[in-house]
Amino acid sequence: MKFTEEHEWLRTDGDVIVVGITAHAAEQLGDVVFVELPEPETKVAKGDDIVVIESVKAASDITAPLDGEIVEVNDALADNPGMVNDDPLGAAWFFKMKIDDMGQLNDHMDEDAYNDMIG
Amino acid sequence: MSELKRTPLYDLHLSLGAKMVPFAGYEMPVQYAPGVMKEHLHTRAAAGLFDVSHMGQVRVDASSLDVAATALERLVPVSVLGLDEGRQRYGLFTDETGGILDDLMIANRGDHLFLVVNAAMKDQDIAHLQAHLIDCQVTPITDRALLALQGPSSEAALETISPGVVDMRFMDVRTLDWQGGELWISRSGYSGEDGYEISVPEGIARAFTEALLGIEAVEAIGLGARDSLRLEAGLCLYGSDIDTTTSPIEAGLAWAIQKPRRSGGDRAGGFPGADRILRELEEGASRHRVGLLPEGRAPMRAGTQLFAGDTAVGEVTSGGFGPSLERPISMGYVSINYAETGTALEADVRGKRLPVTVADMPFRPSTYKR
Repeated sequence: MKFTEEHEWLRTDGDVIVVGITAHAAEQLGDVVFVELPEPETKVAKGDDIVVIESVKAASDITAPLDGEIVEVNDALADNPGMVNDDPLGAAWFFKMKIDDMGQLNDHMDEDAYNDMIG
Repeated sequence: MSELKRTPLYDLHLSLGAKMVPFAGYEMPVQYAPGVMKEHLHTRAAAGLFDVSHMGQVRVDASSLDVAATALERLVPVSVLGLDEGRQRYGLFTDETGGILDDLMIANRGDHLFLVVNAAMKDQDIAHLQAHLIDCQVTPITDRALLALQGPSSEAALETISPGVVDMRFMDVRTLDWQGGELWISRSGYSGEDGYEISVPEGIARAFTEALLGIEAVEAIGLGARDSLRLEAGLCLYGSDIDTTTSPIEAGLAWAIQKPRRSGGDRAGGFPGADRILRELEEGASRHRVGLLPEGRAPMRAGTQLFAGDTAVGEVTSGGFGPSLERPISMGYVSINYAETGTALEADVRGKRLPVTVADMPFRPSTYKR
């Protein structure tokens, strides 16, 4: 599993990656009440704002971790956004994307580096 | 930026695991371990204890209470002379344009008036009072904490450590002794729940707070839930929903202007901005503060623009998620032609037009012990 500076986790699953947010991020956000996901088949560039997460406190964006195409989104989050707090690393994945260059995955942090970052 | 101030309960907040944030010049607890949602729901189900010591407590003395009340009436459109001893009422400082300088609580404590004003406005309010109440002594009270105990279990909880509060009704004010100190208690709050606000000498503030938190029904609640509770109750946040650009009539606060201060009353007008405010009372205002129910799950926060077709009709001033309603809720101002309950509007949320409906407030009925 890889991690971004924006507190996303990236898990490889065949030829796609699954993306969600870390437990640390979920805790910092507080109770999540709304998640807006991109449309499948959307082409995205690294750094594009593609997910909006609203907690009871504020709205925040999640950016595309790499260049590629969204292939599937987790529609269950629309009806049950609280999953992000309950199971951020599992059931509350956000989207799956096909990335243009799998090699770019290595630009992101491993778990130790991420844990160092959040201290 | 000057250093942040701390309330007498700062150390207690840390020991309770609070997440502290800067608010109105103070380091305040925005939430504790359970988080905003659970804290909100606990307050509605049992009792929540809030540290609101950052708010301004002010004493107004004069040669007689009538002199103090008459003087204060020069700054607020409220009947202060009509406020009985042992009673409290909501009030507004208005400016010459009919805007709102701050909202406040005014209590008649027998030989003096006791005011509670917003934290961010207290220096300005005190200067305003001192400048205009020249026949009074205006004294900021800086050696007392202020707590709010809110929710259906508040009465039973406070009664166990401060017997007598059960006899109070909404907006009653009493002084009760606790461990050698005076508690100045009102049956009021800002959550839509029954409850009390308690001014406590700082020397016993921590012990008193711990005594309340020792009661099973009572949990410490942060400012995050205080905001979602007041939003569900349809109550204004100064600086967001009301300010110098909003009049009391636009804000739907005409109820705070009692008959003696209105046209034809014994003491009609005589407060800043009376011309506009009394005219709007008669003729109505061109826009109105309304409740707003977003149709979907996306919260519509402050600043969200509202439309009827292509016409811009207003703006959200507070918005978020209502934990007790399990849905997003907002309030804002709309042109009077679009202010009727049930009016379908659209909100611009991140470039998308989403449906929203004008709704009555409070979103959730209040449970005051009248």
